[in-house]
Amino acid sequence: MSTSAQTTDDPPKATPPSGSEGRAWLSELAPRLGLVGVWIIVIAVFALLRPDTFFTTQNLQTTLSTQAVPLMVALALIPGLAAGEYDLSVGGVMGLSLVLVGFLNVEQGWALLPAVLVALAAGIAVGAINAFFIVAIGIESLVVTLGMGTLLAGVALGIQSLPVSGVSESLVDVSRTNLFGIQLVFFYGLALVLVLWYVLSHTPLGRYLYFVGEGRNVARLSGIRVDAIRAGSLIAGSTISAAAGVFQAGLIGGADPTIGPTLLLPAFAAAFLGATAIVPGRFNPWGTFIAVYFLATGIVGLQLIGLSGWIEQVFYGAALILAVAASRLASKRDRPAWLSRTARIRPNTPAKGESAA
Amino acid sequence: MPEKGNPNAPGLVLEARRIGKTFAGKTVLDGLDLELRTGEVHALLGENGSGKSTFIKILSGFHFPDQGGELYVRGEPVKLPMKITDPAELGIGFVHQDLALFEEGTVLESVRVGRYSTGGGWRIPWRTERRHVARALSDFGLDIAPRTPISQLGPIERAMVAIVRALDQLHGREEAVLVLDEPTVYLPTDGVDRLFDAVRDVASRGIGVLFVTHRLEEVQAVTDRVTVLRDGRRVHVGPTAAMTQEQLIQTILGFELNELYPTSHSAAGDTVLTATGVGAEVLDDFSLNLHGGEIVGVTGLVGMGFDEVPYALFGASEFARGTIELGGRGFELESIDPREAVDLGLALLPANRARDGAVPTASAAENMTLVSLDRFFQGGRLRHRQERAEAEALMEEFDVRPRQPRLRFENFSGGNQQKALLAKWLVRKPKALLMHEPTQGVDIGARRDIFAKIRRAADDGAAVLIASAEYEDLANLCDRVLVFRRGKVVGELARTDLTHQRLLDHVLRGGVESPAATQ
Repeated sequence: MSTSAQTTDDPPKATPPSGSEGRAWLSELAPRLGLVGVWIIVIAVFALLRPDTFFTTQNLQTTLSTQAVPLMVALALIPGLAAGEYDLSVGGVMGLSLVLVGFLNVEQGWALLPAVLVALAAGIAVGAINAFFIVAIGIESLVVTLGMGTLLAGVALGIQSLPVSGVSESLVDVSRTNLFGIQLVFFYGLALVLVLWYVLSHTPLGRYLYFVGEGRNVARLSGIRVDAIRAGSLIAGSTISAAAGVFQAGLIGGADPTIGPTLLLPAFAAAFLGATAIVPGRFNPWGTFIAVYFLATGIVGLQLIGLSGWIEQVFYGAALILAVAASRLASKRDRPAWLSRTARIRPNTPAKGESAA
Repeated sequence: MPEKGNPNAPGLVLEARRIGKTFAGKTVLDGLDLELRTGEVHALLGENGSGKSTFIKILSGFHFPDQGGELYVRGEPVKLPMKITDPAELGIGFVHQDLALFEEGTVLESVRVGRYSTGGGWRIPWRTERRHVARALSDFGLDIAPRTPISQLGPIERAMVAIVRALDQLHGREEAVLVLDEPTVYLPTDGVDRLFDAVRDVASRGIGVLFVTHRLEEVQAVTDRVTVLRDGRRVHVGPTAAMTQEQLIQTILGFELNELYPTSHSAAGDTVLTATGVGAEVLDDFSLNLHGGEIVGVTGLVGMGFDEVPYALFGASEFARGTIELGGRGFELESIDPREAVDLGLALLPANRARDGAVPTASAAENMTLVSLDRFFQGGRLRHRQERAEAEALMEEFDVRPRQPRLRFENFSGGNQQKALLAKWLVRKPKALLMHEPTQGVDIGARRDIFAKIRRAADDGAAVLIASAEYEDLANLCDRVLVFRRGKVVGELARTDLTHQRLLDHVLRGGVESPAATQ
């Protein structure tokens, strides 16, 4: 107690410039690419253990294809997380969209395009409702989206309690046609990574998004539209989830109300793990991309050496905890003493809205 | 009727010898001596930064003193550094500025929590507790039921409850120490006599009261002796009655060189910003004409509302009301937000850098370009290299060290952070620069740089407003200073009238009533 109080009073020391250019370059790159390194090691280990089944082109193609929709759902979390908002309803939105396409296109006999548009509109609407409660009313995003995710899982079951098949062939073709042996849906996921990367890293909007997430008061007092950005990030995430649901309908050629909710946890595991790579400390699309496929590699490898069924949940659950722990530890390092001290000096500084979360 | 303690009693209840404290090479306490007698009320005076609070925090076990100091309680040496639980065991009680009462709870809970007489069991004997607290309150002349919610008490009663609690923590020990650390800062001046009677009453029981305050009238009303600190040393100790207020102020200030501050040009230009009828939580009906080229200070004691001014004018306070006029257009503060303020050419440097000023985990460059980022968005993408180059140039111009735009902001010292944030806003050439405690947590060297940059911004035509309780800085830097008391301007000092001493005088005593705050 007293010792920690002691350290809080020492002014921070400026980090001295690092030695040689080369070392600085390396020490900057190492944390960015650490996850990639671990990924390569994992691949090498399984390649040695199961050269015939794991280390094959076909396994690569299959993994890239089957993880495309989980990748999209994980990417759906990124704008919200960057802006400091959790969206636990991405799985629910994805499931709702999937079921809507199946219901409208198969059971109601709608043309494909209107069915898809309704599914996407539902995603936008859910994002807007979430944003209303979180931003306008001021409820924790965790609470609102936990409720919304559960609610949507129920709605999906209400619309269609059993799997259906027979969506329009054109949607199946759009999703499943092979290019270099990989289903097209993977390339859509890749395109989404590129779009998010562009927005987050190469536009002022992306910078504002990160500042809203990391220092809400700072952003507000710098004239950034904090509330609009929070709402927009939630709506963008829901829309991406809905799009993922549409592609899932194409992939399975139908709809299944149970798929959506199962994608939530892997998505969070990947998003948090991704925040330890490429741009460490920030939720970022390339990190998420790597994390999704890193986790999938682990799962596939473990299944091929004979662990099946239970391993998936154990692996994803553990990955989520470890990923968050890793990013917390990384951000605690170098935490300066004055952070806690200045916070104490003026407790009653006027502030509009809530203080930084 | 409380009676005066005997200031000539031989017993020292607390004695400090050569207490020192150094923070990262900066000496805050430089061999402080202090004696507190049994049954006296002893004022501890000094400016912000004189070492008062550091000493109090050493007494409370929060800071470790440097090697070599000695502390005696009732003549017995105390092992330093103290553990956080030691003061209570030694019989040293504290009442801090914010009183630390449980706003949501009852008087009983505030007084007794942590010390319920469970007698080893788990159940709290509420009836015994209530009787105990009722007796403590009535002993003190307080007609309050133990079950009364704290939220129903007035400010004076709250302060007295906090004292009752501090005494309760002493377990009825006689010859104890009660430290009152600016308990009156947030109190209305009327009615404070009741509190003083209570303080005298405490002293008459043989307890030594160490009373930290900025209000000199209180010193004269209630204390027997004074100790004055300056730059971490005791510069005066003696009976209160032997000093006039003027002498006290003189002693608190000492004499200092003023080369820290840039020379004033005070060529006030046209009106840049007009505020009319501005109010916030404490701030009440405040009006001001801010001219280009001038530096205006707003000040007062903590809690007097001056610190709300920059936030209110920037549209950043949810309590703000009134209007501002800028560039020929009027705006209601209720409907304006910081975004519009930024667009109108206002800039705000908040006091709480970690929470409001900058994102510690973002890079220096990112923090510095946050309000000018559009300039680097060319051809559909953010020009990172150009952004960093510009940030580095700014770091050069504002002497931010180390000059590493990619380094996390949290790795810079307080002074360098503040210089970087000043650069962030000044690069926009704001029409008005609003600041709150711009040199808080800033070392002396960086302070000079910051003062120079502020003056240069004003010379370049910006209107500058500084809300601060650093009176010496304001006196030397500002062209005029408005002094606040309970949300209202009670005085304005300018030009030759604006000296550190006069300013302190106005702040501490309210000065002469001045009807014209604006002109």
